[in-house]
Amino acid sequence: MVLEKYILAVITTNPSKIPAAPAVFSCDSKEEMESIAGNLEAILDGIAHALNDELYVIVKH
Amino acid sequence: MNEYTLPILFGITTGTLTRLYMLRTDYRQYPTYLHGKIIHLALGFIAAGLGAVAIPSILNEEFTAITFLTLAASQFREVRNMERNTLTELDSYEMVPRGKTYIEGIAIAFESRNYLVIFTSLVSVLGYLLFNIWIGILFAVISLIISKILMSGGRIADIVDVEYMEPRFDGAGLYVDNIYIMNIGLPQRQEEILRYGMGFILKPKNFNSRSTIANLGQRQAILHDVSTALGVYRDSGTPALVPLAKRDLDDGRVAVFVLPQEKNIDKALKIIGAVPTLENAIRMPTERNTSKEGS
Repeated sequence: MVLEKYILAVITTNPSKIPAAPAVFSCDSKEEMESIAGNLEAILDGIAHALNDELYVIVKH
Repeated sequence: MNEYTLPILFGITTGTLTRLYMLRTDYRQYPTYLHGKIIHLALGFIAAGLGAVAIPSILNEEFTAITFLTLAASQFREVRNMERNTLTELDSYEMVPRGKTYIEGIAIAFESRNYLVIFTSLVSVLGYLLFNIWIGILFAVISLIISKILMSGGRIADIVDVEYMEPRFDGAGLYVDNIYIMNIGLPQRQEEILRYGMGFILKPKNFNSRSTIANLGQRQAILHDVSTALGVYRDSGTPALVPLAKRDLDDGRVAVFVLPQEKNIDKALKIIGAVPTLENAIRMPTERNTSKEGS
């Protein structure tokens, strides 16, 4: 199956804002969020997009 | 040996030489190696043969022989398919793909060059038979010049003004001038992009060129050519580092964002200006006569 324009993972420091999503990583700090987003970007072959300061999504394009 | 042997040999030679002349390896890097070249030389030779025998068969009143030319047409349509298939297969392994429009343009060029070869050998044999070998050579040179004129298309620099513009970030959004390119979340990626990225604004000179550079195939061709010439800072598995071209909906300007290995502004401006305008991308909305009824 080929996924396109699909949110693969959500990384956040504010879990209360996240609806039922595929994979949510809740983090304690911005640094942790950035490092997890960086790793997931490489692993999932997607792009880490910042929606705001406390919410990143990994999207496959 | 008969009276037509020498003219036919002469026609085949001029035709094959024309094909050889049109088979240049340039920055497009295609075809590069001997095998690819031999295919096209061999087909050029066949085309030259077909063109060369046309006039002698008319002079011999063998009119049915002309129908062989229709065989040539279907034969060379195959050349176009062959080129298209090869390049499409290879395109998925390019760091920055050529895009379908560019590939189609290359395939059309390869087909049409064989017809130019037929034309060259036909007129040179005609010159030889009607006058003498010198007139034949003259005809061959004239048709070579015509081929050259027919082969060269327009360039991007003819239809747009290209200007360098440093890319910048507004929050997570990457911009070139005021045109939004994409959202880059990670600060580390943002740093890489600011270090390696270059932005260019393509300002259309008129309404027709606005539609031409809006074509996605044309934009991909620009990205491919710049990335081929200057290298590209990316690898598989780094989709965030992708060259992109986006359009300003208000005035039709196109922002080109590239990540070259060599950050040389003058060279990049020259390369973008020299990108061919793809014949499949050219649009001429102003040629439509709206004052007339019908059509």
